[in-house]
Amino acid sequence: MSSRDAILASIRANLPKLDRPLPALPVFDDAAPADLTEAFGKALTRMGGRLIAPDPPSDAATAIRALLQSSRLVCSAAPEVRGEFDLATAGDPRVLADVDHAVARASCGVAETGSVLLTDQDLKVNALAYLAQHLIVLLDPADIVVNIHSAYARPEFRERRYAVFHSGPSATADIEGVLILGAQGVRSLSVLLVPRNSGKLDQVLGDPPV
Amino acid sequence: MSKQPQGGSSEGPTFEPQPRGARSRGDKPIDQAEAAERFLAAPRHQQQHDTRLWTLRQRRDDQMWAMPEWEEMRSLASAIKEHTLCHLDAYLEMFEANAKANGVVVHWARDAAEHNSIVLEVLQRRGARTLIKSKSMLTEECGLRADLAKAGVEVIETDLGERIQQLDDEDPSHVVVPAVHKLRSDVAKVFAATIGSDPENDDPPYLAGAQRDATRPLILNAEAGMTGANFLVAETGAVVVCTNEGNADLCANVPDLHIVSVGIEKLVPRSKDLAIFVRMLSRSALGSPITQYTSHFRGPRQGGEMHVVLVDNGRSERLGMPEFWTSLKCIRCGACMNTCPVYRRSGGLSYGATYSGPIGLIIDPTFNARKYSNLPFASTLNGSCTNVCPVKINIHEQIYAWRNVLVQQHETPFVKRAAMKAAGALFARPALYRAAIERTNDALASLPRFAIYNGLNAWGKNREMPHPPAETFHQWYARNRGAKP
Repeated sequence: MSSRDAILASIRANLPKLDRPLPALPVFDDAAPADLTEAFGKALTRMGGRLIAPDPPSDAATAIRALLQSSRLVCSAAPEVRGEFDLATAGDPRVLADVDHAVARASCGVAETGSVLLTDQDLKVNALAYLAQHLIVLLDPADIVVNIHSAYARPEFRERRYAVFHSGPSATADIEGVLILGAQGVRSLSVLLVPRNSGKLDQVLGDPPV
Repeated sequence: MSKQPQGGSSEGPTFEPQPRGARSRGDKPIDQAEAAERFLAAPRHQQQHDTRLWTLRQRRDDQMWAMPEWEEMRSLASAIKEHTLCHLDAYLEMFEANAKANGVVVHWARDAAEHNSIVLEVLQRRGARTLIKSKSMLTEECGLRADLAKAGVEVIETDLGERIQQLDDEDPSHVVVPAVHKLRSDVAKVFAATIGSDPENDDPPYLAGAQRDATRPLILNAEAGMTGANFLVAETGAVVVCTNEGNADLCANVPDLHIVSVGIEKLVPRSKDLAIFVRMLSRSALGSPITQYTSHFRGPRQGGEMHVVLVDNGRSERLGMPEFWTSLKCIRCGACMNTCPVYRRSGGLSYGATYSGPIGLIIDPTFNARKYSNLPFASTLNGSCTNVCPVKINIHEQIYAWRNVLVQQHETPFVKRAAMKAAGALFARPALYRAAIERTNDALASLPRFAIYNGLNAWGKNREMPHPPAETFHQWYARNRGAKP
């Protein structure tokens, strides 16, 4: 008997003979905050991330320029921002090892937890969001959902091969509980509120590689 | 800089060496109490440990109070898990079919040895000699690192706490915070000896930075990556990993090969079920609303390979134990450990087992009833573990039930059996019991300290006995009500 069949047979022989129906799930959004963007920002800040809301919203280009002005190497998976790498040709993720700032647009945000949802489509190269030193995420305020329940109703979890909630930068408290931002992944996460279809936010510093 | 390590709880005139865990000798019963005594004898370690874990418990409470639906969520979590376990065969087949359709290679392992050989085979087929790994209690349970090392594969743990433990050649002491029993001075010592950090500098950000810098090239050069899994979703074939450091996503997304080790009990039926667990996992574990990263892997990357090894290792058998099958609902949040007074004061390594604390007491004997026969006695049965459990496992009742089982199987030491026999005789005779209580209260009130606080009275170790009441309830009742008791 194969291990698969042996395990399934052992499970069947041991299954509890109990009636345990699968419960229907509420979505717990009765007390949803009136201002999702504000709730999102507060939650993100608690997780160690930073919310940047350009004022007026058309100033997004200025905001991103400010974020990237000291960057030595920018790599962008977001259509609005041009980086110094063509991710479409970056076959091996290791070429991203020296990236300072990565930029990507989130599929959605979650007000409850301050999370942004990034997929393989959003990142083009998944490792980009972890090998870079800093991550900048563009988020349309209209894409913010109430809570994790509403987020799991989205199609990305059925359609994408990779989907990840980022809630703040990488962090550890493994030594005496001292919180350190920048564990193995990015050292900072900035979420920039930019509506979709805002056009190009061109900011590139330095020359693209030849 | 001074000769002594700097900062925080390790400051002081003398360096306190880290107490080591329980002594393990084959199948011989682990003496948890002996190891706990050595932990208690290291006051800085003990206090840091106790305080740190109690802080996590308090943060968990803050999160719980901020969520009006908390108790409803616990009931739902428990119901989803019990439903899944009662249909585990069907959901495993559904997961397998969906994962395969997504391009994942699914393997089945009956036990630890088979798991390790499957992993080795997958690595060897690609000629991989270096494996970067994120934290997985299952691979600890299977002893994967030792087996791979024998076969010439270098395994690198990438989680900070897990890496500290690997470099110190010690098991993790907690399912969520593996090095919580160590002081910064201990970490400085380990890192100075292994990754060449400054032995005089025990500043946690410095130490974490040193590990990050030392690990990064290993991640970039690794030929394969491995993660555990917090959840599997039957309807989508997704593998869900919840972490804070970003290391699991590096392990899964940098090398071309991603291997997932996961126990068969980690299934949930639907994507939307994840919401219940994701909302409660980190709130219960660390008191944060969610982990920094909640990653869903449904298939290999372009040009990559993804393997999932489904491991039984005693789980299907546990499913058939009427008193203990619900321990399979566990989502490894560690809340029961953080709240347990015994765990907080004795350290996870005192249990001498992969799983420590209250959840360990009810899981470990299923792996080896003789070796872990003492563990169910390392509890006050106060029930706090049960109250904080996000999936409503009746942990303290199972601890009690294990005591019964182990006594019936004669897996308890003679002294404990003799004491229990005497107590049983006493409890069976109410008049004798009452007389004994009166005498004990009188004795506690009048005996000199040395007669109460000595080696024979375990309850008098490291704690003060309660003040005995002036009279027993029965005495009070007879005096005030005058009727026959």
